[in-house]
Amino acid sequence: MEAFVRVSSVACALPQINIDTDQVLPARFMKQPRTPPLGYAPYLFHDLRRGSDGSLDPAFALNDPGNSGAKFIAARRNFGSGSSREAAVYALVDAGIRCVIAPSHGDIFSANAVNNGLVPARVDEAEMETLLALLAPGGIQTEVDLETCTVSAAGKVFGFQIDPVWRLRLLNGWDDIDITHSFRPQIADWLQGDGLRRPWAQLAA
Amino acid sequence: MTAESKPQSLFDKLWNSHVIAEREDGASLVWVDRHYVQEGSFHAFNKVRERGETVARPDLTVAIADHYVPTRGRGQPMAGGAANAELARMMDQLGANAAQFGIRHYGMDHPWQGICHVVGPELGMTLPGLLVVEGDSHTSTHGALGAWAFGVGASEVAHVLMTQTLWQKRPRQLRVSIEGTLAPGISAKDMALTVVARLGADGAVGHVIEYAGSAVRALSIEGRMTLCNMSIESGARCGLVAPDQVTLDYVRGRPFAPQGDAFDRAAAQWLALAGDADAVFDREVLIDAAGIAPTVTWGTTPEDALAIDATVPDPDRLSDATRAGHVRDAIDYMGLHSGMPLSEIAIDRVFIGSCTNARIEDLRAAAAVLAGRRSKVPGLVSPGSTLVQRQAEKEGLDRIFMDAGLEWGGSGCSMCAAMNGDTLQAGQRCASTTNRNFKGRQGLGSRTHLMSPAMVAAAAVAGRLVDVRSLAVEAVA
Repeated sequence: MEAFVRVSSVACALPQINIDTDQVLPARFMKQPRTPPLGYAPYLFHDLRRGSDGSLDPAFALNDPGNSGAKFIAARRNFGSGSSREAAVYALVDAGIRCVIAPSHGDIFSANAVNNGLVPARVDEAEMETLLALLAPGGIQTEVDLETCTVSAAGKVFGFQIDPVWRLRLLNGWDDIDITHSFRPQIADWLQGDGLRRPWAQLAA
Repeated sequence: MTAESKPQSLFDKLWNSHVIAEREDGASLVWVDRHYVQEGSFHAFNKVRERGETVARPDLTVAIADHYVPTRGRGQPMAGGAANAELARMMDQLGANAAQFGIRHYGMDHPWQGICHVVGPELGMTLPGLLVVEGDSHTSTHGALGAWAFGVGASEVAHVLMTQTLWQKRPRQLRVSIEGTLAPGISAKDMALTVVARLGADGAVGHVIEYAGSAVRALSIEGRMTLCNMSIESGARCGLVAPDQVTLDYVRGRPFAPQGDAFDRAAAQWLALAGDADAVFDREVLIDAAGIAPTVTWGTTPEDALAIDATVPDPDRLSDATRAGHVRDAIDYMGLHSGMPLSEIAIDRVFIGSCTNARIEDLRAAAAVLAGRRSKVPGLVSPGSTLVQRQAEKEGLDRIFMDAGLEWGGSGCSMCAAMNGDTLQAGQRCASTTNRNFKGRQGLGSRTHLMSPAMVAAAAVAGRLVDVRSLAVEAVA
C-alpha cells in the first residue's frame, strides 16, 4: 500500500451532503473486473458527471479542466455513506484521488479508504465551508500533510482529524495482514480458551 | 470503582468476549464467529489468491448467492442473452471460490438460498453473542439477535478470509430507547425510518446503536431485524437488541442452533449478555412510540422521512443552507414540489422485498392489505429467502399477491440492490419496502419512496402514497 505523508495537487470541491457510494460508483459497474491500467476510474461519479444523454456535464466540478489531475476531493458531510462497496474507493484511487476532505465520512467507507491508502480527512463543518468557498473557482493548488494533519490552500491552513490508528497505517503504508500474522500465537491461545467459554459458537458441519 | 465492578452494556460484553489482543496504537484484534460471503465478494477472494494465502476457517464461512440472483424463471435453465450470462458468471464465480476453499455454498437452486441477512438467522447460523461480518452494510440486521454484526469492505473481507479476525477500534455507544406502545398499523419499519430521520444520515457515525425500551421489547425478532437493518442509514455500522425470551424462542430448534442441554446452557449465557441496568452510554436518544406515524421518504436519503400526513418540505423555510440545498436538489430529482401533500404522490410501481422487509411477517402484513383488492400499478414481490417463499406459498400469500396483479418472484436482493436486472426505468416512481432511496439506487433515474410492507401494499391499491389506516376504513365503509 502506498504511504501518504505529504501530497500536493489541485483539490476539487463537490459541495454536496450525503454523497453515498452509489453515487461514487453506481451498482451496475460492480460486475466489472478491476483491470489495469484504468481499473474503476472510468466509472467514478459516473451518473453525477454525465447528463441524461451520457455526455459530460460541464457544471460538475470534476469535469472542470482546471481540476484535471486533482488528487483531493472536498465535500460536505457524510461522504461515502451507504453501501459497503469498496469498489467506490477503488474508483477514487484508480482515478488518482489520495484524500477526501469532509466534515464526516461513512464508517465503512473510511475503513475501506484506509485499506487502500486513501486518507479520509475530517474538517470541522464551519471550516469546511471556508475551504469549499476557497476551492470553488477550481484549479486551486492544495497540500495535504498527514504528519501535521493540515490542509493548506490559497495561503490558509486548516487542521483535520483522523483516527490515530489509521494515521499511523497511512503514514507507513502498512498492510494489516502481515501485522495480524505476527499475532498467530495469541490467536491460538485465545481460541483454546474460547472453546471452553463459548462451546456453542462453533458452526456444525 | 474497579474494572471488575464497572457496569457493562450489551456491547461492552460482546466486545470483551471477542478481543484477542490489543496493539499499542489502540487497535484491538477481534475474533469473527460467522462470515457470510456473496457474489460481490470476488475482489476479496482475488486478494487471497494474489497473496498466495488460503481461507483460515472455511467452517465458519458461508457463501450464499443473493445480490445477482435473478428473481424470474427460477427452477429452469437460465435463458441465454448477455444480461443473464453476466448474472450466471457472477454466481458461478462465487460457487468456484467456495469450492476452491472448501466453503459451504447455497447457490441459486439450493433450498436454503436467500438474502444472507434473512438466511443466517432463519437457519440458526447467526446466534446471540456471535460476531458476524459480511461485505454488505446491512449486516447490522443480525444484531437483532444480540449478535455484534457489521458490514465490511473487500479488504476486510479478505482479512477475515485469511485470518478469521479483524482489527477494530472500540466504537462509541448510543442507546435509542423507544418507550410506550405503537399505535395500531405502525410497524418496525416506521420505527426505523423515524429513528433515521431523528438522528440524521450521519447522526450515528462512529457509534454502535443499542435499541431498547418497551416498544423494542414488544417487537418480534423479525421486527427487530428491520430496526437493526437500517442502523447503517444513520451511519452506525452496527445495531443491537439485547437477547431476551423472544430471542430464545426464535433461535430454539433452528437447524444450526445448539440443541437440547447445549441450547439451555447457551441460552443462560445469552440472557446474561443484556446490559447491566446502570451501564453508561456515550449518547442517549428517547423516542415516544405513541408519536410514531406511518412514515415514508420523499427525498434521496433515508433521513428524508416524514409522516404520511406531512407535505414535501420547503427549502426556502429552512435555516440551514446546506440542508436547504439538499432539499432543493432532492425535490428536483424526485419530481415533486414543495408543499405537496405526500399522500398525493402517484406511483408507477411497487416492490416488496429486501433484507429490510421480506421475512414472512412482512409478506403477511402486505398480503393482509392486498387480500381481495387489486393493485393499480405493476409490482414485484421477492421473498427474503427460499424458505420464506415456501412458507408464504403454503399460506397462500403468493395467490393473494398474484390475484392483486403483482408478480411473485424468487428470493434475492432483487430491486433493492438492482444488480440482477430488476430495475426501474428512468423517471419511474416506486413505493418500496427497501432501505435506500439514493439517486439511481433502483436503476438509473429511478425514484424510490421507502415505507413499510403494509404501506407499500396500500400504495399499490391506491396508486399513490396513502395512510394504510385510511384504506382499512374505506374497506369497512
